[in-house]
Amino acid sequence: MSRTWAFLSNYLIYSAMAVYTLSFFAHAVETAWAVKIPDEAAPKTLDYKRTEKVARIATAMMILGFLLLLAGVIARGVSAGRVPWGNMYEFSITGALAFSGAYLAALRKYDLRWLGLLVSTAVLLTLGTAVAVLYRPSAPLVPALKSTWLVIHVSAAIISGGVFLLANTIAAAYLYLDSMESKGERTAWAKRLPSLEYLDQLSYRLVAFVFPLWTFAVIAGAIWAESAWGRYWGWDPKETWAFITWVAYAAYLHARVTIGWRGRRAAWLCLFAGSTFLFNYIYVNIWGTGKHTYSGL
Amino acid sequence: MNQELQIPELGAIGLLRYAWRQLTSMRTALILLMLLGVAAIPGSLIPQRTQNPMAVSAAFKSSPGLSRMMDRFSLFDVYGSPWFSAIYILLFISLIGCVFPRTIEHFHASRALPPNTPKNLNRMESYSTWPAAGNELELARAWFKKNRFRVLEKDSSISAEKGFLRETGNLFFHLALILILLGISFSSLFGMRGEAILNVGERFVNTPTSYDSLSYGKLFKDGKLVNFIMTIDKFEAKYNVVTNAPEDYILNVTLRRGDLVTSEKHVIKVNSPLTLGSTKIYLQANGYSPVVTVRDSAGNVAMQGPIPFLPQDANLRSTGAIKVPDADPQVGFVGSFVPTYGRSKGGGAVSVFPDALDPRLLLSAWSGDLGLDSGTPQSVYRIDTSSMKEIGLKSLKPGEIFTYAGGAITFEGYVQWVNLQIVDDPGKNYALLGAIVAILGLLASLFTRRRRIWIRAGEVVEVAGLAKNAAPGLEEEIANFVQYLKGEK
Ligand code: HEM
Repeated sequence: MSRTWAFLSNYLIYSAMAVYTLSFFAHAVETAWAVKIPDEAAPKTLDYKRTEKVARIATAMMILGFLLLLAGVIARGVSAGRVPWGNMYEFSITGALAFSGAYLAALRKYDLRWLGLLVSTAVLLTLGTAVAVLYRPSAPLVPALKSTWLVIHVSAAIISGGVFLLANTIAAAYLYLDSMESKGERTAWAKRLPSLEYLDQLSYRLVAFVFPLWTFAVIAGAIWAESAWGRYWGWDPKETWAFITWVAYAAYLHARVTIGWRGRRAAWLCLFAGSTFLFNYIYVNIWGTGKHTYSGL
Repeated sequence: MNQELQIPELGAIGLLRYAWRQLTSMRTALILLMLLGVAAIPGSLIPQRTQNPMAVSAAFKSSPGLSRMMDRFSLFDVYGSPWFSAIYILLFISLIGCVFPRTIEHFHASRALPPNTPKNLNRMESYSTWPAAGNELELARAWFKKNRFRVLEKDSSISAEKGFLRETGNLFFHLALILILLGISFSSLFGMRGEAILNVGERFVNTPTSYDSLSYGKLFKDGKLVNFIMTIDKFEAKYNVVTNAPEDYILNVTLRRGDLVTSEKHVIKVNSPLTLGSTKIYLQANGYSPVVTVRDSAGNVAMQGPIPFLPQDANLRSTGAIKVPDADPQVGFVGSFVPTYGRSKGGGAVSVFPDALDPRLLLSAWSGDLGLDSGTPQSVYRIDTSSMKEIGLKSLKPGEIFTYAGGAITFEGYVQWVNLQIVDDPGKNYALLGAIVAILGLLASLFTRRRRIWIRAGEVVEVAGLAKNAAPGLEEEIANFVQYLKGEK
């Protein structure tokens, strides 16, 4: 029974990857068409109708990919009889889910479709690495993970991570467009993208929105550590880097609110803070020592 | 020309006051906080004594010069180092110095009325004006009341303000940080933490001598150790037969508190420690203790009992030492215990499963001086064989006997051991409370917008606003307000 669910989960995740690939191509085609000047006589005006249909397909594929991935993650959980957060393979597929979920949620409110190319690439890379490198058979949890706090702490951390990375992607887009503008005009394709100010505000809002959740994730981790390891804070590498990420984002928020940083400097600080999060996930999970060694590698 | 540097005459008090102002400025606090973040990095990359003493001694062995140098800067003990402590103590002082005056200021400010309506409203944000109908002030009053603005009415104008919760939340957040730091210091002064390895069947009396390691805060009193006696009844480890990974550890104990005669049974698991007031008992690790009997050549028992061995891999191949100091000459065994015996490709013994399905004890026997009287402390898990001679090598199944020149050792079987951590952390509830308040304060300060809205009514109505920190949404709010005033909503 649990084997069946595990197989089902794998198939769902492969299908999700196939669908994300379609989404990637649709976004790529849309971008390419938009970049190509459609009419020599009227340069730099765009044929929106032609790209609109492709763009819709791209987003539809993104939604379908998200649903398949969601089903895959749930099936993985069912196969093991627990939440699917027991090793790095599972963290990665859930992280990809959170990232594309954050994108889709933000897409409902903000003009973000142009970001789909980057998002689908990142999701495919994450899932590809998960399947090829990190895969481990479905198994019950090690005793230290058997706790309600697993659900609370890890879900808060993964959701924060998804939104942080989305803010990072937007900050990166900001820097790219900013350097393009400082050299001259935006290219035809880039003209359709939102203004720099919009991107700047958007990445700030995303960070301000999840910063309390991240704070909560760290505190929930401390409460759990108290019940599992007998101390709530021990400067374990994972804890240390969670703290560093927290400090970095607090600095980012302060820099904006109290010193009034905007634009390029704020975007770099945002990227820096996000990279401490990624460092924690990748480096500390795989090469780090300490008590958080649940990567299963 | 000799230009004299112009230094204002501050005097000692002035200098102190200046230093205090610098230290308690927001900028300094932030720099200190970031410094704390940066200072935390080396400890996550360099092995730390408190977490990984083995790696530290390995570093000392492989590059002693560099390691000694690093040790001088406390790089193997970053989080207890003077420079790390200095940063957070300064941060602590800075926070206190900055937050308390601000709290008082905010308390006064929150009871004050909003300032007068500015003269030139058209210089403010979201300005709009239209011919008056006459009832605007009345409507405005109602709208401000409904939306819980604080208002000041003067000369047919209303100045309204909202969003004090932002600063309130912010102050609570910062006060909560202080509470967390207080909780941590309280624990480190009044807390205790100790570890003990116990074989199944053994009894633990909670006195300092029962611990393998024990540390307590400067103000902790010995006599404050909770009075209890605990017997390790049973330990069960369940493993997954496919992945060999542990699935559950269950420890059954019998506890007798204080001077009570009655005893209670308890189950301790990895995520559910046993709680005795502010003291908690945690199950931290487990392993195997082979049970052996050593006899001299005359058949007299020279040593008997379970000897804890330390696990070396996920399948619990464990190593340890059996020392017989009373034999003449002294005898020692360097041992390796495998719970489920298998052979590696190279022919050595390995463990293929962590449960004890087919246990073996592999021993090499040594004769000579164990070095127990040399004065240097010795690990109970290792034997310094430098002044000993190897006298035999044998692999034993339970019940088998290994006879060597001068005696014999019987492998009787095994028991499991558990490593218990006993912790008294009296400050942690303050830290937890601080953490909860910090989150609530953070939410309030991040999601409250502080803004002012003004209205002046005469021939024409004028409306405008001002958002602090360029908080978004003011335009929309004023548009709503205007619609309301015009009776469109
Ligand atoms: C001397 C000490 C400090 C002072 C006076 C101070 C002051 C402030 C002020 C005025 C704001 C709000 C900005 C505004 O809304 O107008 C703020 C926000 C904040 N502070 Fe501090 N701060 C101090 C230290 C710290 C420390 C040590 C931390 C972190 C551990 C911190 C974390 C934050 C965060 C996360 C915010 C929210 C940012 C936002 O409002 O967008 N502050 N602080």
